[in-house]
Amino acid sequence: MKRKSIILNDKDNVATALTELAAGEVIQMEMNDRSLSVTLLDTIPFGHKFSLTRIQSNSPVIKYGEKIGEATADIQLGQHVHVHNVGGTRGRGDLIAKEKK
Amino acid sequence: MSFWGYPRPDGSAGTRNYVGIIATVACSCDVAQDIVNQVDRTVPFLHYQGCDHLQPDKELVERTLVNLGWNPNIAGVLLVSLGCEVVDVNSILDRIVKSGKPVDKVVIQKIGGTSATIAEGSRIARQMISDVVKIKREEMDDSYLTFGSKCGGSDATSGLAANPVIGTACDILIQNNGSVVFSETTEFIGAEHLLAKRGDSPEVRQRILDVVDRYEKCVLSWGVDMRGGNPTTGNIEGGLTTIEEKSLGAISKVGTMPIKRVYDYGERATGKGLFMIDGPGQDTKSMTALAAAGAQVILFSTGLGNPLGFPFVPVVKVTANPATYERMQENMDVYVDLAKLDSIEKQGQLLYQEVLEIASGKSTKAEGLGLTNFGGIHTFGPTL
Repeated sequence: MKRKSIILNDKDNVATALTELAAGEVIQMEMNDRSLSVTLLDTIPFGHKFSLTRIQSNSPVIKYGEKIGEATADIQLGQHVHVHNVGGTRGRGDLIAKEKK
Repeated sequence: MSFWGYPRPDGSAGTRNYVGIIATVACSCDVAQDIVNQVDRTVPFLHYQGCDHLQPDKELVERTLVNLGWNPNIAGVLLVSLGCEVVDVNSILDRIVKSGKPVDKVVIQKIGGTSATIAEGSRIARQMISDVVKIKREEMDDSYLTFGSKCGGSDATSGLAANPVIGTACDILIQNNGSVVFSETTEFIGAEHLLAKRGDSPEVRQRILDVVDRYEKCVLSWGVDMRGGNPTTGNIEGGLTTIEEKSLGAISKVGTMPIKRVYDYGERATGKGLFMIDGPGQDTKSMTALAAAGAQVILFSTGLGNPLGFPFVPVVKVTANPATYERMQENMDVYVDLAKLDSIEKQGQLLYQEVLEIASGKSTKAEGLGLTNFGGIHTFGPTL
């Protein structure tokens, strides 16, 4: 059976879809000794991420065992995680400009 | 392991055997292209720089042109100059002469216009070619190779599979006493701490952090979010959410070996091992940096499907996106199977073998399609 998703590191709070996944689908995953079952709340396009846990607004999003950004809204388990609910913390000249005003 | 390479006077080996018609300035690019159109086995290097630079960029452009002339895939060089540009064609010529290759120049304003320069330049190039064609491939140890490692048109599959497979091939070459060069400083933002740990000395570790910091400060000074510029809209559609995520996926293309030194843009890497070249992520400019550093073949991962080649360095396109491979098969050389994520090392070994074939003369898709026309040189300062 074709693998549906991958978790890259056991510190990650997101998984990456290896094929398009439908809202409502239940994804079973294994990570070392961790067994997870996630019901997707959104369609997840190929290569996009979904959350493995609730991620509170302003909390770190972790992939590759490293911080890739911060949630800009509360993210529920099984939600699509992308630019609509995650901001980067690097190269944010817009925040510097905002502070100056 | 071995490949079949062209021996050069300085002891290096080429994977291709061209005479390079190198424009020193934007204004001489048309003539350089016209000479290439007239003379077989020549390749152009065309760009928009060479004039209206502050001193640091003048030096950068000159050293880039010099080191492109030194690239082992170039057997002889004809410089095409306008005559009034800021970069010094005589200095560039003298520095390429030290490689032991035949080097000459034509100057449009001295010879007297476009047509006369094309005629004289073609005559000189034909003379060079008559000697260059006598050089034959010899069997050589793979330690004579320098890979350039690059990504472009990235999506989530780049970091998952294509870059790690390229990284494995890079590790193999370094273990075999070859070299690897990589660039794209902007695409280390968010992952530079992981790269810096691999610096071979405290100075290298600090330099890695410094060059990334300098790029980020430049972005911050513009008062905008870099998202949308890098990562691009295409990267974002492909699943990359932030520059941090893109960078963490990008660094796997350079394998796991220690980083020996950080070079400036346009410098040539000397010695063996893994070397970083400071420069932008933009694809034509970063491939120029790799060619100037001495890469005789470039391994280029692309999730979304970048078709670009380079004038005189074969560019091997590696994709792990099955839709891209299916749609753009005429542009992709190697497919990395996402269903085989447990066998990255095996796929890396297979890629290495394929690259040795390409180094030995097998054509890449970009070469077959003639997608080898664009160079481009990065400058850090203002255009005056």
